Order: sequence, then structure tokens, then C-alpha cells
Amino acid sequence: MIQDLPLNGATQFVDSSVSIVVRMLWLIPAIPMVAAGLIALLKQPLKKTAAGLAIGGLSISLILALSAFVHVLTAWRANGPVREVVNFNWIDLGATHLQLGWMLDPLAAIMLVMVTFVGLLIFIYSTGYMAHDENFTRFFCFLSLFAGGMLGVLIANSLLLLFMCWEIVGLTSYLLIGFWYHKPSAAAAAKKAFLTTRVGDVFFLLGIVWLYAQTGTLLFYNSGAGAMEPAALATLLSQPAAWGLTAATAIGLLIFAGAAGKSGQLPLHVWLPDAMEGPTPVSALIHAATMVAAGVYLVARVYPLMSAGAAAGGSTVSLTVIAWVGALTALFGALVAVAQNDIKRILAYSTISQLGYMMVGLAVGGVAVGMFHLITHAFFKALLFLGAGSVIHGCHEEQDIRRMGGLRKPMRATFITYSVGMLALSGFPIFFSGFWSKDAIIGAAHNWPISKGPFVLLLIGALLTAFYMTRQVIYVFFGTWRGDNHTHAHESPRVMTAPLAILAVFAIGLGALGTPAWPWFTSFIENKSLALDLQGFSEPGLLPLMFFAVLLVFLGLGAGWWLYGAKPVQYAEQEDVLETVSPTIFGWLAHRLYFDELYEGTVLRWYAALAWLSDWLDRRVWGGIVATVSNSFRDLGFTDKTVDSQWIDGAFDKGCEELVTGGGVLAWLQAGRAPIYLRLLGLGILLLAVIGLAVGAATGQVRL
Amino acid sequence: MTPLAAFLIVAALVFAIGLAISLTRRNAILVLIGIELMLNAANLNLIAFWRFGPHPEALTGMMFAIFSIAVAAAEAAVGLGLVIAYHRHKKTTDLDAMTRMKG
Amino acid sequence: MIFGLSIVFVLTSILTVAGALAAALLKNLVHCALSLTVTFAGLALLYLQLDAQFAGFSQILVYIGAVAILVVFAILLTRGAGVPEYRNFSSSWLAGLAIAAGVFALLAWAVIKSLPASAASSAAPQVSVQQIGLALMSNYVLPLEIVAVLLTVALIGAVIVAMPESQKSKTESAQGGGK
Repeated sequence: MIQDLPLNGATQFVDSSVSIVVRMLWLIPAIPMVAAGLIALLKQPLKKTAAGLAIGGLSISLILALSAFVHVLTAWRANGPVREVVNFNWIDLGATHLQLGWMLDPLAAIMLVMVTFVGLLIFIYSTGYMAHDENFTRFFCFLSLFAGGMLGVLIANSLLLLFMCWEIVGLTSYLLIGFWYHKPSAAAAAKKAFLTTRVGDVFFLLGIVWLYAQTGTLLFYNSGAGAMEPAALATLLSQPAAWGLTAATAIGLLIFAGAAGKSGQLPLHVWLPDAMEGPTPVSALIHAATMVAAGVYLVARVYPLMSAGAAAGGSTVSLTVIAWVGALTALFGALVAVAQNDIKRILAYSTISQLGYMMVGLAVGGVAVGMFHLITHAFFKALLFLGAGSVIHGCHEEQDIRRMGGLRKPMRATFITYSVGMLALSGFPIFFSGFWSKDAIIGAAHNWPISKGPFVLLLIGALLTAFYMTRQVIYVFFGTWRGDNHTHAHESPRVMTAPLAILAVFAIGLGALGTPAWPWFTSFIENKSLALDLQGFSEPGLLPLMFFAVLLVFLGLGAGWWLYGAKPVQYAEQEDVLETVSPTIFGWLAHRLYFDELYEGTVLRWYAALAWLSDWLDRRVWGGIVATVSNSFRDLGFTDKTVDSQWIDGAFDKGCEELVTGGGVLAWLQAGRAPIYLRLLGLGILLLAVIGLAVGAATGQVRL
Repeated sequence: MTPLAAFLIVAALVFAIGLAISLTRRNAILVLIGIELMLNAANLNLIAFWRFGPHPEALTGMMFAIFSIAVAAAEAAVGLGLVIAYHRHKKTTDLDAMTRMKG
Repeated sequence: MIFGLSIVFVLTSILTVAGALAAALLKNLVHCALSLTVTFAGLALLYLQLDAQFAGFSQILVYIGAVAILVVFAILLTRGAGVPEYRNFSSSWLAGLAIAAGVFALLAWAVIKSLPASAASSAAPQVSVQQIGLALMSNYVLPLEIVAVLLTVALIGAVIVAMPESQKSKTESAQGGGK
């Protein structure tokens, strides 16, 4: 099984001088964003151009991602340093700078390849699925923008840059869920998604701010000065927070809250099933393969922080919390999925459950364990969603599995690929990747020294996963057609089934990367040397555990077949078998354990009350004050006006009339008669002269 | 009576007559003639005082009188131009009728 | 010698004063202008008696030769049809006469009161034109220049003031005039 991993993620990487591949790494998210910008300028009918721009942009990103992957691969083979970082100053804050940066390490490299590859396949699939939609260009604009944002999250070396791209991803998710915004349910679902992830993001932002305040940097790796490097971690470990926790734990939990929102962990999972209102390619890309994986990726990125301070072989508070939340989520998702009837909703709850698995994997087994399941899950979940889209398309937009049936014959290719995905998800042994990745997690949970609780929950979850997937496949592909008698299902076009086939190949083949005999994935992520070692299977406790897990899977498959396949459902309104057995429990599960109703009754009601109070204050109290003030001013003005017009103006007018009369008298003097002026002038001078002489004589200056 | 006093009395007489013309006659041009007479009387005063003053070799009085002649000529030109312009408008040179500055 | 004054002086002064009075009393404007010219001539003679030859001759040149002619031109240009109908003297001419008489009285009294009984006649100054020219160019150069500017300005100003207006504004003023 997996080697005993050092849980504190000791840095084995050395920051090196940067190669051209890494310097150009920023192109990978930038090109799809530029493509999105260009598509936004296009008119709606230019569908081919929009699709071409989006697919072309992402293809270039795929090529660049592959070259980056090869670069890291060669560095790993040559035993050289595998992490390269480019940091730059962004904002000058006076004494310090706010820095951003991007990085390339094995984790980022493999995620880049996965996201661009799966994204490209889904883009191509979308050209067929959305072909008849009139908002085709808008769809590809948002898709491309989403791809850019997601790729930005992957290569970010700074929590700030990651958060910015995280928000872009959230925004585009909102735009895409609410793509058919004319439907009230879609608009509401988009709003719900945005608000729920926002709650997580608020905590995330608090964590970022706290981290910056404590360590003075938001970069992950910065030649020893980064936040994920020992110096900063030591600072955080020494700072106490509340309730006996250290700052490292508190910040880790806050950041996990953001991840929980994005990745649909309990209790912030409520948006994910509703997000199925969006088009199926959106569900495949965002809510199966990539965006929900962003939360898991975030935890993997800040893993040094989460695991800081752990004793050898032990765990930290953050990781314990993550493990329990993940395990509960895994069980919850699996339970609720059993009782759902919408083909996409089953897959949505399945995603929630699998995300719980990934979180547990990260918490108990380390980065490689969790990320391996993420990679395999991306492929087979995307496969399942695209297959579901194909089924929906073939059944003419029917989504209720009770109204399907017997699609095995008319939709052969979809059936085969869907079955591959279903078996991979269930964990069918040996051939399917899901088996290896899920078993890695279960094995790590088994070995977890803190508690066996998550282990048990995960086992139950595995059983239920196999069960509900079997139920779904039987409902959809076996039995008789229970839908509308006038519509007949047909296979989807090649542009939709080809990506399904490609994804199916990967759903099978990727398993080879994570076997205990040849743990390529783990070695790659953790930069260890790799060797084919069949002795890896003989680790103590490994084989018995594997057999037990396989037993549970077969149990689930068998139960599903026995309950649903032996006596096929005849008509659409027929009650589910489990419903007849236990209507109350089935009802709870069908109502998703009443989480939405709980939130509605508590948080939303309080919030509505607060909003009502604010409105009342605004209209009555503040509005009343403003109205009073303005009324008093108005009355004052009126009084002013009366005083002004009656008294002051009256007095002024009277005064003016007197003045005019007086002026008339004086005007006689101004008759304009020049001779009179001259005489007066002469007289004046004469008088002046006489006076001057008299005064002069009196003062003795003039001798007379 | 000294010659100076005689000259001054003559000048005063001419001055008074010029003032009387300006103040009593009705025609605008005659007012200007009166002004010219007044200026000439002043010139006569200047020359008389220069001749009978302490330093006739300094030429002060004569210079003053010459400049006064020049200025008076300029003033006469402008003043008569004004009268002509007014006559063009109102066809009159009657000073008593020139009441447009009334009020 | 009458009263210690030479005959020439008495005659020229009588001439001057008579010319002034004629200018004051004559009805015909042109006669007034011509008597003004006589007054100017008398004054020129008085200057000559005072040994101010240059002043005398410039008086003749400027006043008689330019100002009097100008006055005649102005009278001729502002003649209406025939002799004006209005009276020669403005209303309340007595006030003006009284003021003028008062001024003369004041001046004469001042002169008589202030001068000594006998005068010491100084030697006649020999003033040559060259001296005047030198004085103009040295001591009195500033007033010379200023007067030159003044004359230019007066020339231009008189031309502008007396210039006939353009046709358009003439019709405007003809329509708008008469207020």
C-alpha cells in the first residue's frame, strides 16, 4: 500500500532559476481569457467562429500544459528541482510590495494537463450539445472565461492571485448555471450557488487576511520567504488564536471553509444539486471535473499549512476536521443519491460524495492520495455527465430516470461508455481507475491513527455508491422504455460520442498510474524515485483490505441488481422498491435530508427578517427624519418667501418710488445744457480764486 | 504803470472777453473761438512775464508759449471736428439745443 | 508815451481788444472769425514788442494761418440754409457776462495790487532761432516729443471724428435719430 508519508510535507523542492516554459506559463490561463474577450465581441449568429476561438484557445493551452508537464517530468527523471516559481511585484505599499506569482510543480503540471484535456473534450462535446441553442456564442464565451480562471487557480503561487481566479471561476459558474436565465429555477439555482459559495469565500478571505497579517506574505513559495515555507509556518504555529488553537490551525480552517463552499462539503453543499439546472456540459466541466476540484486543489496547495506542527505519524486539528467533514459528506451524498430520480441529480450527489472522499484522502493520506482520486474522478465523472447529457439529448430533454428505460439497444455507444464510467465510480476492481484511487483513500483511512470513524463511513459510502449507480444504470438502460410512447430514443451524433469514448479510455487506463506496485502518481507528486516493485502488494494489511473493499463493491452491485434488475420497473409511476420497504426513510433521502428546508427555516428566515427590518428603518425612521427636515425647510422657505414678497419687497418698492420722485428733481440739474455748465464752471473757478486769495492774505502768504 | 502791468491788464481783458464769448454766445463754434482767445491771453501773460522776468535768457517763457500754441492748435482741430460731426447728425450748432446728455 | 506806455503798445492793444469785442458781439459768424484773426494779429504785434520774435511769427503762422482758417472752414461747413434763426446770445447771457466781468476784476485787481510802481526795464534779450532750436533739442526735448505725439494723435482723432460715416450706419442713424 502507500508508504508511510511524512505528514508535515517537508519541503524537498528547491527553487531554481526559471526556465522558459515557466516564464511563459502565464499564457496558459491568459489565452482562454483572451479568447473569451474576443468571443464576447462577436454577434450571436457567428457560432463557428465562437466555437473555433474557444476550442483553439484551449488547444493552445493544452499544448503549453503538455510542454510544461514534459518539462517537469524530465526534471523529475533527472532528479533535479521540480518546482519553479516566478514572482513579481504588483502593488507598491510603501515599505513592502504586494506580490503575485505563478509556479510550476508536479501537482500543478498534472492538474493543468487534466483540466485542459477534459475541458477541450467538453468544449468539443458542447458544439454538438448546444448546436441548436441561440445563445451559442455567449455559452462559449463563458466557458472560455471559466477555463482561463480555473487554469489561473492552478498555477497561482500567491493566495491573492488564487483568490482572484477563484472569484472568476465562481462568477462564470454563476453565469453558466443561470445560462437559461428565462427559467426561474435556473436563475434561482445560480443565485443559490453564488451565495452559498460566497459564504465560504468570506471565511476564505478572512483566512487570507489573517495569514497576511501574521506572515507579511501571500506567496506560497518565495525562496524561503513564502507562506508555505518553514519560516512562515513556524511563525503561524507560535501565534495563538482562540480556544487553544494556533493561528496556523485557525487560518487552515478558514481556508478550508472556502474550499468547502466550492467543493460542496457539508453544510455548504446545497448549491451543487440545484446547479444541475445548467446545461449538461456545464455540469460535466464545472461541477464534476474542475471547479469543484478547485476546493480540493486549494487544500492540497496549502497542505503544508494544514499539516504544520504534526508529530510524526500524527495529524493536526485542521486535518482532523477536514477528514471528518469529508467523511460525513461522503456518506451523506451517497445516502441521498440512492433516492433521487433525476439522472443528473444522482450524479450531483455522487459528486458531493466523491468530493468528500477526496477531502478525506488529503487529510489522512496526504496530497498524492487525494489528488489521485481527483484526477481519476475528473475523467469518469465527466464521462458520466456527458453520457447523461447524451441520454437526455437522445430522450428529447427527458431527465427523469423513471421515464427512461431500455436504452441499451438504441444508444449502444452511450451505454458502453456510461457503464465504463459507472464501474469506475463504483470501484470495480483491477481494470478501472476508480478502484485504485478509492482504495488508496480507504487504505489511508484505515491506517489513520486518530480515528477509525472516517474509515467506516467511507466503507459504507463505497457500498452505497455501487448500489445507487447500479440502480441508475438499470433504470436508464435496462428494462423497457417507460417514456412517452411517441418519442423514440436515438443515439447522439459522433461529436458527442467521441469524447465519451476518449474519456472511457482514460477512465480505465489511469488506474495504472496508482497501483501499489508502481506508484507513479505518488512518486511524481512527492518527487520521489520510482521503481516497479511487486512487493508493494505485500504490505501488511493491504491485500485483506483490498479484498474487503472489493467485497463491499460486489455487494452493492449485487443488491442493486437484485432489487432493480431482477424485477424490472414496468411503468414510470411505479414506486421505487426501497420506497415500498421503508417509505419514511426513503422520503427523507428523497428530500435530501431536508437540508434546504432547514436553511430556509433558519438562516433565510433570519436574513429575510433582517432585510425587512432594514427596509422598515429606511422608510419609516430614516425616511421620516429626512421628510421632517425637508418639510421644515420647505415651511421655512415659504415663510421666507412671504416675508420677502410682502414686507421687504413692499417696503423696497415704496422706497424706490420716493427715490424716483427725488430723482426727478435732481434730473432737472442734468438737463444737458452746456452753457449752464460752462457758467457754473467759471463761477466755481472765480470763487475758488477769491477764496484762495482771501485765505492767503489771512495767513500772510499773499501780500496785498 | 509798468509795461508789465499794462501787458497783463491787456491779457486779462482779452481773457475776460474770451470767457464772455464762451459763456454767452449760442453757437458752438463761437465757444471754441472764445477758448482760443483765452489761450492767447494766457500766452501773452507768459511772454510778458518772460520778458520782464529775472532770466529771459533761459527761454522758459517763450518755450512754454510755443508749446501752448501747438497744443491750442491741436485742440482747436479736434474741437471743430466734433462740432462738424455733431452738425452732420443734428444739422445744428446751437448750444442750447445740444441737450442729448440730458438726464 | 501815454501813462508811461509807448504809443505802439497802446494802439496794438486797442486793436486787440477791439477785435476781441467784435468777435463777441457780431452777429455774422464769418465776421466773428475774421475779427478773431485781427485779434491774433494784434497779439502777434504785442509779442514782437516784447522781443519774442519767434513767438510772434509762430503766432501768425499757426493761429492766423491755421487755426483761423480752420474756424472759417468749420463755420462754412456747418452753415445751414442762410443765417441761423436763433438769437445770437443764449438765454441768461447776463450770468455769463457777470462771471466774465468778475474774472477780469479779480485779475486786474491782482495785477495792480501786486506790482511795484516803477519798473526796472531790463535789457532786451537777444533770442536767436538757433538758441531756440538748441533749447528744444536739449532742455525741452521731452515736451517736444510729447507735443509731436499729441499733434499726431489730434490729427488722426480729428479726422476720425469728422469723417463722414459709411452709408449703412448713416441710414441707420437717420432712421434711429431724431429722438
